[in-house]
Amino acid sequence: MTKKTITPTINGEPKELLVDQRITLLDMLRDELHLTGAKEGCGNGNCGACTVHLDGLSVDSCLVLAVETTGRSVTTIEGLAKGGALDPVQAAFLNNSGMQCGICTPGFIMATKALLAKKPNPTEHEIRTSLAGNLCRCTGYDKIVRSVLALTKD
Amino acid sequence: MTTTEKQPALIGQRIAKVDGLERVTGQAAYGADIHLSGMLHGKLLHSPHAHAVIKGIDTAAALKLPGVMAIITAADFPELTQEAAISGSSEYSIGAANLRRLWMAHEKALFSGHPVAAVAATDPYIAEQALALIKVDYDVLPWVKDIDDAIQPSATLIHEDLFTHTLGELPKKASNVAQHVEIGNGDIEAAFRDSDVVIENEYRTQRVHQGYIEPQASTAQVDPSGHVTVWTTIQGVHWARFDLASILNIPLGKLRVVPMEIGGAFGGKVYPTLEALCILLSKKSGRPVKMVLSREEVLRMTGPTSGSIVKIKTGCKKDGTLTAFDAKIWMDSGAFPGSPVAGATLAGFSVYQFKAFHIDGYDVLTNKVRVQAYRGPGAPQACFAMEQQIDLMAAKIGMNPLAMRIKNISKEGDPMTHGRPHVKIGFTEVLERVKAHPAWTSPINGPWRGRGMACGMWMGGTGNSSAHLTVNGDGSVSVVVGSVDLTGTRTSLAQIAADEFRIPLEKVLVTVGDTDQTGYTDTSGGSRITYSMGTAVHRACVEAVEKLKGVVAAQLKVPVADITYQNGIFKASNGQSLTFEQAARTSMRRGDGPVTAVGAVRRLKHAPTFGAHVADVEVDPETGKVTLLNYTIFQDVGRAVNPTQVEGQMQGGAAQGIGWALFEDYVYDEKGNIRNASLLDYRMPTALDLPMIGAEIIEVPAGDGPFGVRGCGEVPIVPPIATIANAIANATGVRIKETPFTPERVFWALRKAGKA
Repeated sequence: MTKKTITPTINGEPKELLVDQRITLLDMLRDELHLTGAKEGCGNGNCGACTVHLDGLSVDSCLVLAVETTGRSVTTIEGLAKGGALDPVQAAFLNNSGMQCGICTPGFIMATKALLAKKPNPTEHEIRTSLAGNLCRCTGYDKIVRSVLALTKD
Repeated sequence: MTTTEKQPALIGQRIAKVDGLERVTGQAAYGADIHLSGMLHGKLLHSPHAHAVIKGIDTAAALKLPGVMAIITAADFPELTQEAAISGSSEYSIGAANLRRLWMAHEKALFSGHPVAAVAATDPYIAEQALALIKVDYDVLPWVKDIDDAIQPSATLIHEDLFTHTLGELPKKASNVAQHVEIGNGDIEAAFRDSDVVIENEYRTQRVHQGYIEPQASTAQVDPSGHVTVWTTIQGVHWARFDLASILNIPLGKLRVVPMEIGGAFGGKVYPTLEALCILLSKKSGRPVKMVLSREEVLRMTGPTSGSIVKIKTGCKKDGTLTAFDAKIWMDSGAFPGSPVAGATLAGFSVYQFKAFHIDGYDVLTNKVRVQAYRGPGAPQACFAMEQQIDLMAAKIGMNPLAMRIKNISKEGDPMTHGRPHVKIGFTEVLERVKAHPAWTSPINGPWRGRGMACGMWMGGTGNSSAHLTVNGDGSVSVVVGSVDLTGTRTSLAQIAADEFRIPLEKVLVTVGDTDQTGYTDTSGGSRITYSMGTAVHRACVEAVEKLKGVVAAQLKVPVADITYQNGIFKASNGQSLTFEQAARTSMRRGDGPVTAVGAVRRLKHAPTFGAHVADVEVDPETGKVTLLNYTIFQDVGRAVNPTQVEGQMQGGAAQGIGWALFEDYVYDEKGNIRNASLLDYRMPTALDLPMIGAEIIEVPAGDGPFGVRGCGEVPIVPPIATIANAIANATGVRIKETPFTPERVFWALRKAGKA
C-alpha cells in the first residue's frame, strides 16, 4: 500500500508520520500513536464513540482518513486535561455520574465540548439533539444529559 | 465484630464512580486497547449461508500470502475430552460441545455469519486479503427461519441428533424443539369455568441485541512452555477459564484470563467468543494474536436474546380476582439449544397469584445465531403478554388497572410458578408508591395521548464470589475481587469495605483481578455482584478486623477478647486505644503476620426485585409514530448502596426495554442473511428518543446478605415493552401485540381499527 508522510498537530504536538493512505484517523490514533481513548464501536459513523475534534469541530474519526489531517489540528480525549487538571466537561461527567461502563464516555465528552463551544447554554432539547449521534447503551442518557446541563448557566 | 453502632456512613451515599477518572480521561483500557510486542491480527471467515454442510476448506492459497502466519478451522480444535463433554462452568452453561461449534462451524454452518476459519496475519488488511483466498466447499441446505417454520412436523432438521427433552419419555424422532417444559397448579378448567371474563391472545416479540457499544475483543499469547494468557472483554474470567480449559484441553493452572475493562455486556458477554480462536492461532503462529469484531460481525454472530411467541388465555372474576391462565411460550434459541424459556416461566409468571395455571414452554432452534443472555432473560417476553392481558381484563370489568394489580399481587409466602414460596419482597410497597405518585395520578392532557403501566420481577442472582483483602501499613486497604465490574461494582464494593472499617472511601482500592489472582467467582450477571460479592467483601472485612484485634492486643499486651472495634478505633477495656491506621502500621511488626483476609460466598438466598413502570405516550395518527412523553420507574432495591448507581441501572435497563418496544428488530433476506447489521439500521434509542427517566427507589430490605441489598440491574428491562403497549392502547384504543411498535406497524393497526 502506498504510504504518505503527513504533518498533523495532535493534542498540540506537531507530528510527522508515515501512514498508509487507506487508514482512518481513528486507526492512526489508536494503532500508530497508541491514543486509545477514542473507541471503535461501529466503524461507520453511527455510534460516535470515536468522536475527536478536527480544527475544533467534532468529527467521527472513523470517517476521516488519516491523510486528511495533514496541516490540521486534532484533539482527542487525551488532550483535554491540562497540567493535571480535568477539563470542566470531564469533571462534569465524573461528578454527575454521566457514565457507566465508560466506553462511550470519551466520545460524549468530545461531542459535548464541541456543542458548548458553539452554544454555551443549550436547552435540554438542544443537548439531546446535539448528542443524538453518540450512542450509550448503559445509562438511558439521563445522567449524561444532566452532566451537560450542569455545565450550563441557567 | 461490632454490630451495635450500625448507622452506616457510606452505605446509601451518592458516591461518584471510584474509577471514573480513567474513563473521562480515556485511560481505561478496554478489550481492543491492548498492544503486545509482535502481535498479529486475527480475522474471521464467515459462512454466507444460513445452513450448509461444509464439504471442504482449502487454505493453501491463503497460507502462501506473505504476512499470513496461521490459519485455523474446526480441524484445529483438540478432541473433546469426556469430562469436558459432560461438564459446564455452571448450570447455565451452553455445554462444551455446542460452545465450540458456536465458536467455529464444524460439520455444518448453522447460521449466516457462522465462523468457518480464522486467519492471523501481520496486519489486519493482509488477514482480510487472506480470507478472500480461502475456498470453502458448501452444500447449501434449506434454512429454518423462525419458530413457525421450526415446529412444523416436516421442518428441516438443524441437528439430526437433537431430541426434545421433556419430563416424560424421550421421543424417538429428532426435532428442532430442544426442550418442552410444562408446569402448572390447580384445576385450570374449573377455574376458567368459574371466571366472569376470559380473554385469549397471541403476542410476539422479535430478537433484539444487547447492543453493547464495545464489540468483542480478545488477545491471546501462548508461551513456549504452554502457559496461555488471554486478555479479554468478558463478564466472568473464571467461567471463561473453565470453558476454554475444558474445550482446549489446557490445565486450569496454565491458563490465565485477564479481564480488560468491559464496554457493556448485559448478558451478551457471558461466554467466550473469540478467546479460543486467538489461543489456537497464537499456538500455531508462536505470536500473540488479537482479534476485534466489527459491528457487522457483532450483529451477525453474537447475542441476541430470543424472539418469542406467547399464546395466552387468562380469566378473572367481576371483582377483579384473577382465576386462571394457560400459556404456551415458544422461544427462538437459534442454532443451539438455550433460550431463556425457564426465566420466562418463572419470573415472567410469578408476579400475580392465580387460582390455577398451566404453562408449556418450548426451546426452539432456528438457523440463526444462538441467543445469549440479555438482562432478565425471558421475563420481558412473558411480561409483554401477561401485563397486556391484565389491562384487557381490567378494561372489560371496568376496574382501574392499578387497583386490579394491587388486588392480585404476589406476597411473601405466596407460591411462584415452580411452587416454592416468595421470600420477603417489596411489591406491595412499590405499587403503593405508584398509586400516590404524580406519574400515575396527574391528568393526561391532549388527544392521542395515553398512559400505561406494567410490573415485573427478577429472582436475582447469587452464586460463588471470592474477595482477597490486604490491610496496608498506612491504613489503606486493597481488595482484589474475582468479579468483572460491568457498571460500577468497584464503587459499591469500596463503599461496603470503607463503611465496615469506618475509614474514608479513598483508603480503599478495589481491583478486579485475573484468574491467577482471585478465587473462583461466578460470572457478573443476574444482578448478583453487589449482593453476593458485597457479602464476600463484607466477610473479608470482618475477618481482617478480627486479625487486627490480635495485632492491637499484642501491642497493648492485653488479651484479644479485651479489644473492641468501633467507629475506626480499637479499644481495650483499660482505656488504651489505637486507630485503624495505627493498628495497620503496627501490623507490620506485631501479631501473627501481615493482615490479609479472604471472603468467600457459596450461595445466598435469592433476593427478588419487583418493579413497576409508568409511561405516557403520544401517538401520531397520520404516521403511527409513538413519542415517549414521560417515563417513571418504581423499584424495590432492598437497600441502595449507591442511589446514583442504582438509578443508573434502572434508567439504563428501561432504555433498553424502550428500544425493544419501539425500534429494535432483525431484518433477514430470503437466504437468512441479516440485512440491518449496522447501528444505523439496527436502531437503538438515542438521547433524542428518550425523556428524562424518573427513578423512584423503594427500599424493603432483603432477608439475606449485608444491608438488605437486592440486585437491581435486571428487572428494569422487564416491564417497558408492556408498559408502552398499554400506554398506546390507552391513547388509541388499539392494542399492538407484536414488537417493535414502529410507525408502520402502529399506523396499520390504527388503520385496521378505523382510527387512521
